[in-house]
Amino acid sequence: MDNQTNELINNEIKSNEVCLFMKGTPDAPQCGFSMAVTNILKMLEVNFKGVNVLADQNLREGIKVFSDWPTIPQLYVKNEFIGGCDIVKEMYESGELAKLLEDNGIEFKKKS
Amino acid sequence: MAMDLKEIESLIKEALPDAKIEIQDLAGDGNHYSATVISSQFAGKSKIQQHKMVYNSLKGKMGNELHALAVKTKEN
Repeated sequence: MDNQTNELINNEIKSNEVCLFMKGTPDAPQCGFSMAVTNILKMLEVNFKGVNVLADQNLREGIKVFSDWPTIPQLYVKNEFIGGCDIVKEMYESGELAKLLEDNGIEFKKKS
Repeated sequence: MAMDLKEIESLIKEALPDAKIEIQDLAGDGNHYSATVISSQFAGKSKIQQHKMVYNSLKGKMGNELHALAVKTKEN
């Protein structure tokens, strides 16, 4: 991975508390897995930045090296890699994701 | 760009010999699978580590030959 890509990723995860590297954009996901994670974040009404890896081939490959994770989407919360689609889904269903957001002081809609 | 279900199973089995593995071909196209893997080797590991163990067993095929594999891991 080149320095520029490394810097770009570092910058995104530092400046966005909740950052999702995805295929497509939050409004128009280009892959079912990216859409699934986007939908979860939308249901929780979390503010997040969606970074479209399809717009940048270096980023698309670089993020896999950066996280040591072979697939996209990838969710970061407060600079920390949380997981891909399967893990995020499981954490949402078990309530762990809500807890993680709460523990990190990130605003979201709590289930009533 | 497709992979046989048996090939996935044997690669996981090779890395995690005690694993109970259930694989489904979700779309019937040899390209979208889901795998549930139950192994004692997951004990004490985070979800990220557990999933990485499954991905690593596939020796770089994940994200290449294998487009979509939904993974679920459990300790036994």
